[in-house]
Amino acid sequence: MAEARADARGGVRTGLPGQRAGGPGGAPGGYGPGWDRPDSSVRRAREAVRAYVLIVRMWVRSTMAYRTSFVLTALGNFAATGLDFATILLMFSHIHRLGGFTLPEVAFLYGACSTSFGLADLVMGSMDRLGRRVRDGTLDTLLLRPVPVLAQVAADRFALRRIGRITQGVLVFGWSLPRVDVHWTTVNVLIVPMMLLSGGVIFSTVFVVGGAFQFWAQDASEVQNSVTYGGATMLQYPPGIFARDLVRGVTFVVPLAFVNWLPALRVLGEPDPLGLPGWLDFASPAVAAVCCVLAAAAWRAGLRTYRSTGS
Amino acid sequence: MHDLNGPSSGPEAVAGPDPVIELEDVEKVFDVRRKTGWMRRERHQVRAVDGITFSVPRGEIVGYIGPNGAGKSTTIKMLTGILNPSAGRIRVDGIDPARERTRLARRIGVVFGQRTTLWWDLPLRDSYELVRRMYRIPDAAYTRNLDACVELLDLGPLLEVPVRQLSLGQRMRGDIAAALLHDPEVLYLDEPTIGLDVVSKSRVRGFLRDFNAERGTTILLTTHDLTDIESLCRRVMVIDHGRVMYDGGLGGLHDTGESERTLVADFARELPPVELPGARLVSADGPRQSFAFPAGASAAPLVAELAAKHPLVDLSIREPAIEEVIARMYGAS
Repeated sequence: MAEARADARGGVRTGLPGQRAGGPGGAPGGYGPGWDRPDSSVRRAREAVRAYVLIVRMWVRSTMAYRTSFVLTALGNFAATGLDFATILLMFSHIHRLGGFTLPEVAFLYGACSTSFGLADLVMGSMDRLGRRVRDGTLDTLLLRPVPVLAQVAADRFALRRIGRITQGVLVFGWSLPRVDVHWTTVNVLIVPMMLLSGGVIFSTVFVVGGAFQFWAQDASEVQNSVTYGGATMLQYPPGIFARDLVRGVTFVVPLAFVNWLPALRVLGEPDPLGLPGWLDFASPAVAAVCCVLAAAAWRAGLRTYRSTGS
Repeated sequence: MHDLNGPSSGPEAVAGPDPVIELEDVEKVFDVRRKTGWMRRERHQVRAVDGITFSVPRGEIVGYIGPNGAGKSTTIKMLTGILNPSAGRIRVDGIDPARERTRLARRIGVVFGQRTTLWWDLPLRDSYELVRRMYRIPDAAYTRNLDACVELLDLGPLLEVPVRQLSLGQRMRGDIAAALLHDPEVLYLDEPTIGLDVVSKSRVRGFLRDFNAERGTTILLTTHDLTDIESLCRRVMVIDHGRVMYDGGLGGLHDTGESERTLVADFARELPPVELPGARLVSADGPRQSFAFPAGASAAPLVAELAAKHPLVDLSIREPAIEEVIARMYGAS
C-alpha cells in the first residue's frame, strides 16, 4: 500500500517541474514588508500583470455571455458621463468664459480628466468591491491562489462597459485640441501624453488606497468614491472657480491637481491660482511614482491587518 | 469499526515518519471591539484557537470536527496562510504558511462547501483553463489530472455547460476537480457534502476515497455530517473552545465519551423488569427489554446471565451512535 502510494506520488512529482523551484529555499528572517514575495519585485509585478490579464479575460468573456446587456450598459455609461459635458455646454450657452477659461479650454481640461479617470476606473475601478468581499468572506478564496491578491481584487468583476467613459473623454479631448489657443511647442506636445498617463496612474493609486482602507472600514467605499468620482468631476472645471483652500487640498492632500490642472495650465498658458513654482507643472510622473509607493505600502498594511484579524 | 483504532492513531501517537501538516502550540487570539455606547468601545480578546498541537502523516484522511465556533475554520485558515497565527509553529509540506502563502498555494487545494470558485457564466471547462494558467500546470499533468477527475467524478457531459446551470451536487464535484488539477499535496475540504442529496454525497465520498488511495493526497476534512467521517476517516479530531478534545481512531471515541452500548433482549413472554448486574434497564416494551452497559465492557457475561436465568428468544447489541457520543463530548467540555 505504502509502496503503491510512493509510486503514484513519484509520478505526480515528475509531472510538475518548476513547482518545487518556485521561490527561494526559505523565508528570510523577520517579517519585513516584502516577506511574502516569491522573488524579486520585478518578477512579482510581472506575475501580477499576468494574473490581472488572465482574470480580466474571464470577466470579459462572462460579460459577453450577455452581449445585448453589455452593449446597452456601455452605451448608457457613454451617455451618462457625456451628460457632464452637456452641462458644461449648457453653461457656455449663457457665458463666454468660466473661471477665465473659454469653452475649448474647459473641454481640454474635461477631456484630459475624463480620459485619465476613465483609464483608472476601467483598470482599478473594481477596488471598491473589496469591502464586500471582506464582509462576506470571499476574499479568503483569493488568498488561496498563487498570484498577488491586489491583481485579483483589481480584476474582480472587471467592467468593460466603463470603456464608455474613456470614449467620451477621448472624443471631447480630441475636439478641444485643434480649438484651444496653444502654441504647440515640443514641450507642450510631450506634456499631453504625460498628463494623461500620470493622471491615470494617480487616480489608480487613489483607488488602491481606497481599497486598502476597506480592510479597516468595510463600508468605506463611499468615502473613496467621493475622492475618486468627486475629484474627477472637480478636475473637469478650471481651478479658478473653486475656493482656494479646496484647490490647495486637491493639490497637496490628495494630489489630484497633478492629474491635469498643473500640466494643463502650462499648456494653455494660464496662471496658476496658487502661484506654485513652474517646475511643478512637470512633476506629474514623479508624483505618480510617489503615489504608487504609498499605495503599495497602504495595500500591504491593509492585507497584513486582514491576515491578523480575519475581518 | 473498532479495529480501525489501531495503535498508531491513539491520542498520544507520534505521527508517521513523514508528517505533512505540523502544528505546535498554535494559538489565534482575536481582538474584538464592541460598541457599548455612543463612541465608546470595549475591547476584549477571544482565543479562537488555544494551543493546538497535532501532526498529520502524508496520505492520511483526517476528520476535523467540532461545533460551530469551535475554531475549525480558524485552524484551516492558518493552515492555508489566510490568517497568521498569534503564537506557535505551523508547517505544511515544510512551508510556513504565514510567510510563504503564495508558494504554499501551489501545493494545497481547498474546497469550501459553501462557496464556489467556479465561473458562474462560463462553461465549466473555462474555470479549469484558468486554474491551469494561474498555477502554470504543465500540459501533460493537466491533461492527466483533468481526465482522471472527469472520469471519476463523471464530469464529461458537464464540461461545456455554464456553471450557473449545474446542480449543487454537480457544482461541488466541479469544485473538487478544480482544487486537484495542480496536484496538491494536501487537500482541505470544508463541509464538502453540505446541502447535497444522498446520492451526490456518496459519490463525493467515493471519489475522495479513491483519489486518496491512488495519489496519496493528504486530506483534512471538516464536516457536520458524521457519515462523511465514518466512511472516509481513520482518524478524527474533535475540537471545542479552540482545543483538541480528542485525537484518535473513530472507535476510540466511544471509550472516551463514556458512551454506552445497548443490549436488546426478546424474551418468550412478558416479564417483570429484569435485574441485570453491570447494566441498567432502559426500556421494557412487552416481551422486549433493553439494557445499557458501558461501551468498554464485555457483553458476554451479561448475555450468559440473561440466558441462564430467563427464557431468552433473541438478542442483539447496538453500538452507540457516533452523533450521541460526540454530542456528549461537546456537552462535557
